[in-house]
Amino acid sequence: MSTDRQHFDEMLLGGEGVRAPYAEYQEWFSHEDVSRLSKKSKEAEAFFRRTGITFNVYGQAAAQERLIPFDLIPRIIANREWTKLSKGIEQRVRGVNAFLYDIYHRQEILRAGVVPIDLIAKNAAFLPQMMGVTPPGNVYTHIVGTDIVRTGEDDFFVLEDNARTPSGVSYMLENRETMLQMFPELFSQIKVQPVSDYPKNLRRSLAACAPAGCNGKPTVAILTPGIHNSAYFEHSFLADQMGVELVEGHDLRVVDGHIAMRTTEGYKTIDVLYRRVDDDYLDPLNFRPDSMLGVPGIMDVYRAGNITIANAPGTGIADDKAIYSYMPDIIEFYTGEKAILKNVQTFRCSEPDALKYVLDNLADLVVKEVHGSGGYGMLVGPAASKKELAAFAAKLRKSPANYIAQPTLSLSTVPIFTKKGLAPRHVDLRPFALVSPDGMNITPGGLTRVALKAGSLVVNSSQGGGTKDTWVLED
Amino acid sequence: MLGKTAGGLYWMFRFLERSENTARLVEAGFRIALTRSSDPESEWKSVLTTAGVRMNYDQKYDGYTALDAIDFLLRDTDNPSSVMSSINNARTNARMVRTALTTEVWEAVNESWMAMKAALKTPVTQAKLPEVLGEIRRYTALVRGALHGTMLRNDIFDFSQLGIAIERADNTARIIDVKYYTLLPSASFVGSALDNVQWETILRSVSAYRSFRWLNNDDISPMSIADFLIFDSRFPRSLSFCSRILDENLGYLAKDYRTRLPCHDMIDAQRDRLRASTIETVFDEGLHEFITSFIRENNAIGLQIEQDYSFVG
Repeated sequence: MSTDRQHFDEMLLGGEGVRAPYAEYQEWFSHEDVSRLSKKSKEAEAFFRRTGITFNVYGQAAAQERLIPFDLIPRIIANREWTKLSKGIEQRVRGVNAFLYDIYHRQEILRAGVVPIDLIAKNAAFLPQMMGVTPPGNVYTHIVGTDIVRTGEDDFFVLEDNARTPSGVSYMLENRETMLQMFPELFSQIKVQPVSDYPKNLRRSLAACAPAGCNGKPTVAILTPGIHNSAYFEHSFLADQMGVELVEGHDLRVVDGHIAMRTTEGYKTIDVLYRRVDDDYLDPLNFRPDSMLGVPGIMDVYRAGNITIANAPGTGIADDKAIYSYMPDIIEFYTGEKAILKNVQTFRCSEPDALKYVLDNLADLVVKEVHGSGGYGMLVGPAASKKELAAFAAKLRKSPANYIAQPTLSLSTVPIFTKKGLAPRHVDLRPFALVSPDGMNITPGGLTRVALKAGSLVVNSSQGGGTKDTWVLED
Repeated sequence: MLGKTAGGLYWMFRFLERSENTARLVEAGFRIALTRSSDPESEWKSVLTTAGVRMNYDQKYDGYTALDAIDFLLRDTDNPSSVMSSINNARTNARMVRTALTTEVWEAVNESWMAMKAALKTPVTQAKLPEVLGEIRRYTALVRGALHGTMLRNDIFDFSQLGIAIERADNTARIIDVKYYTLLPSASFVGSALDNVQWETILRSVSAYRSFRWLNNDDISPMSIADFLIFDSRFPRSLSFCSRILDENLGYLAKDYRTRLPCHDMIDAQRDRLRASTIETVFDEGLHEFITSFIRENNAIGLQIEQDYSFVG
């Protein structure tokens, strides 16, 4: 979809001059030769292919592995901007964890009427099996990847909370590695906060969440659906970087009330399982009986407090699109503070006034299914034909509670490198936060996704999106 | 180490070894058919038999032309032992066990796979064959070099070596098995042009044409060739050499894990049998019988390793 509105460009000020965080980079760039950079760009692609940094495309043969295009112009964030952003993320993640604890225990927030009870009770992402279960260390969301968009100098919005199993962190790390290899001189001129500690921090953070009964150094493992999963590269990358085993469901079983992995020397107990398998597939005895990806009985081990599952089962209720609209209230309810990061204005079509507004302004709005994901069942008003609008209006009238609507945001742009020079493209940002009883750790920056098509607002890798290295400057 | 990882390593290196062996069989077959043979069809038939894929081949083709045989052995993914299938399988296993590999080994495998996909995308013409075969040889050498140069000498390395040794022993034994009749001291063959061609094929199939002559002072006889392929501990593709590699690496595992398992008894028995035999006793008792029982044993050891180290649940 494309719009003609004026966008906030994070590097160039309306074509004249450069925003302060990009000043030094611009100085370097202006002395660079376009053909050298083109060559570097090709080198980067060859590097990604050789190292196998690819993702699988569903529904295609196993040999179909694609690269996520990498753009060599970094996205640069000033220290001051990051301080505010990271405070906002920390507050939000604290709120999400408090919400999850409450929802699966006393449900004070429902009693207080802040969140309607129907929204929880009828929600497929709510797991009744988690009622009364307290995860080790009281942590629900060990890893969070909050999606943030920007529309102006001081205007940051949270688009999604991603409290289940956010992916993309391997690209954050590999993008930086690639930039370090391609332009070492840049990093000696400009002081950029490092991201390479993420795997070490992740391992520590996970180990700190080990069950109380775990003696000695906790054994951590990553559970992957297998080599055909679209994010398999990331799973093996993280296991490698953390120095932990990468297991599949068929490597695991319950032994003496613990989860154990089959090794060449017999079964060995796992204390913390970083699972990259959805709740539904986690345990065929407790959830989908046809699942081959999980471990029969793992929920019983979990309820007995003998394993940590990261993220905890049932966290999906916190990043549900219907819950999203209540997030500012949720944060205030638990932290007693106003939310630092703004929500995108959201109309709940279940409310008659909101529905009326949405129907009257359908051509300007983005409408999403409450339980949808990956862009399915979504209407992008400005890009839709009259016929599509009419058809969608009918659906809305039929089951309004199934939808929420948001204004079409004017996402900020950052230039990408093209043979003809710099060209502005829309971006978003996914910072990664780690939560443990010892506190929270947010890696400076995160993953910047960029829509490579001019005017496009769709940054998803499955739809032609690329990535950029993200820099947070030292002070 | 995860049992699955041990299995992945073992199979990754078996498949890499297989791709190299298949390429070598094609190379020998091509050369002989080109330079020496009056009957190239039967030469290709015997190559396909040695590669253990003749039944599959016969289902697809009627005759044994060089073009069909080469295509089937190099490119055809319906043939589970073709070079392309083997490289695909090796790389799939490598992806599975990527955390156990050094960056160098993983990249070498991944690069080999990319290069083979490109080289074997279209049928290989006879004019291009030497170049393609050379490329296969270079890439397998690259992986082997990365393995030896960068991997820790621990259980990861041991399982890799076991895969190589089992596959290689099987390959050498099958070459002897298919050609055993040319190695028998049967009067009608000796000194004829035919046996010389056959012997050359055998030696080229194990890349030993030159080294054999170096070691044996050009004394080419069926018995000296059989002795070389079975017992020569200097030759890295001999049965005795492969058996020693198995014995060594299984020994390291037993020491590392402080556990002796049934596969250790089996390799001990095989070592004892080889030590107690000479080429004379083998010929006395029958070369064919000796080889078929070796192939069976080798297979059984492979299966026992898979079981003892829990490759699958």
